[in-house]
Amino acid sequence: MGSTIVTFELGGREVEVLVKPMTTLQSVLRDQLGFTATKEGCRQGGCGSCTVLVDGEPMPSCLLPVEDVAGRRVTTLESITPVDGLHPIQRAFLEGNAFQCGYCTPGMVMVSKALLDRDPAPSDDDIAQALAGNVCRCTGYRPIIRAVRAAAEAIAGSPEGKAR
Amino acid sequence: MSADLNVVGQSVGRSDGIGHVTGRTRYYGDRTFPGMLHLKMVRSPVHHARITGIDLSEAERVPGFVRALTAADVPHNLYTILSLIGVEPEEEFVLAEDRVRFKGEAIVAIVAESEAAALEAVSKVRLELEELPAVFDVEEALKPGAPIVTSWGNNTFMFEGHPCRRVRLGDVERAFEQADYIVEGVYNTSPIEHAPLETTGCIAVPEANGRFTVYTNTQALYFSLDNTAIILQVPGSRLHFVGGTVGGGFGGKVDVIVEPVATLAAMKTGRPVRYSYSRSEEMQVSSTRSAWRIFLRDGVLRDGRIIARKVTSYADSGAYSRQTPYALTKHAANAAGPYAIPNVSIDAYCVYTNRQPTSAMRGFGVTMASFAIEVQMDKIAERVGVDPWTIRFINAYHDGDMKPHRKLVEDATLIETMQAAAALVGHDLPDDLKAMTSAPRDAGRAGGRD
Repeated sequence: MGSTIVTFELGGREVEVLVKPMTTLQSVLRDQLGFTATKEGCRQGGCGSCTVLVDGEPMPSCLLPVEDVAGRRVTTLESITPVDGLHPIQRAFLEGNAFQCGYCTPGMVMVSKALLDRDPAPSDDDIAQALAGNVCRCTGYRPIIRAVRAAAEAIAGSPEGKAR
Repeated sequence: MSADLNVVGQSVGRSDGIGHVTGRTRYYGDRTFPGMLHLKMVRSPVHHARITGIDLSEAERVPGFVRALTAADVPHNLYTILSLIGVEPEEEFVLAEDRVRFKGEAIVAIVAESEAAALEAVSKVRLELEELPAVFDVEEALKPGAPIVTSWGNNTFMFEGHPCRRVRLGDVERAFEQADYIVEGVYNTSPIEHAPLETTGCIAVPEANGRFTVYTNTQALYFSLDNTAIILQVPGSRLHFVGGTVGGGFGGKVDVIVEPVATLAAMKTGRPVRYSYSRSEEMQVSSTRSAWRIFLRDGVLRDGRIIARKVTSYADSGAYSRQTPYALTKHAANAAGPYAIPNVSIDAYCVYTNRQPTSAMRGFGVTMASFAIEVQMDKIAERVGVDPWTIRFINAYHDGDMKPHRKLVEDATLIETMQAAAALVGHDLPDDLKAMTSAPRDAGRAGGRD
């Protein structure tokens, strides 16, 4: 089978890629487009380090053929990082030391983003549930859960959060 | 504390923190280079075998195949990581020669234009193997007639001419005769895979000036550089290693496995070469923590004092020793625990088996000693009829006590730490334990006890 052109939205911009069948979104992001915030911990859908949002839903990009995101909206960690400063979730992870080696962090932040977009005030159990597909070998998870809670509080206290 | 301290006593943000939360931290695998090749390994499908043939003809016909590397291509194929600190003998092969000693052992490196092509070529390499009996248990490996893993006729690493690391203090046999109780225990631990989120890997890049830049996630940058220079028989000045960003290590990335082969491939092809473990390679091929079997025999007096401890430990090193002899030495130095025991005998064996090689992992031989010792302390407490706190205070070492490996205890804080721990968990210690300190037992007299 020959290659096809796939068009999707990435961080607010339309991108067009030429891919062989079954090329994963992960490979397109990292190898073709140079968006390396999306990590590759297992390439079998088991670790969550490659999580991106597709139309706002968290998905493991290592299992996602890029054809499946044609015409859809893909959000990576690069997309949510402001030009200046940090997204509230990023700031909460930084201030709460919710990482050590940092390799799981992009996936953790993206899952947290999807959760807080859906539920601005999740319980710790809700947070743990949302992060259940993301493995961290360093922190023991508690600082991550605390950071997501802190991020929720920060967003709720911000003008944007109050407007919701 | 001096007023001009800038950092002590303050919380300082991590220098890599913003990179981690924005995804801008560059792990080795986030780099790419024009013309970069991919290296994948042909591995032994069995635990122990003689290699009688390697047929590359089909693999060479895979589109995208660039070249294969075998043992004959490696300038100094026999090595041991710890040779840099004087440990002998060299016993591990960069690429297997006539024998494979564990399932997953590297035999042929395939370099190809893409990862997919490399994997396809790997699948087309035909190995002729004559399978040999294998051994997977430390005690089985030491029995007469056991399959021999090493090239020197038995399955033990030799420590200065001895089959084990030995520590001796006093006379344990005589002390056992004087003891009121003998408490014995056997403690087994499992091999544990570090399972870092980022798998082991590197990219070796030929530079215009004849040097090679190696981007790697090793935890031991200069160890890797020096070993690579020895294996490739090039001056260290031709190698420039770039590291420091490790996506999880825990001791699992100190083994110098990927850099020498990737650099060799870059030398042979003149192109950048990436060699990354897949998740299954990380789990099944990379070193694990050793499985240990620890036998403890303690002589205890009616009042709870331990007067003799005999330790016989076996670490399953797997097919090669890597950092395990070092772990054994640390283990032997710590196998009496933080306790003052006047008669100690420790024999710690580094045993070869046909399992995946083992190496460093958090605690390096000490963790397993602590597990065995602390369970044993609870058993002793039960036998003597005192509570587990008391037995530890009775036996805790003090400044000035002699450790079995002939180091005087300095800056002891075990008693104070236990007192603080008791307070934290709300355990009310008896007054005599609360009053204890780690100060020397008797001013002017070091070591020993009444």
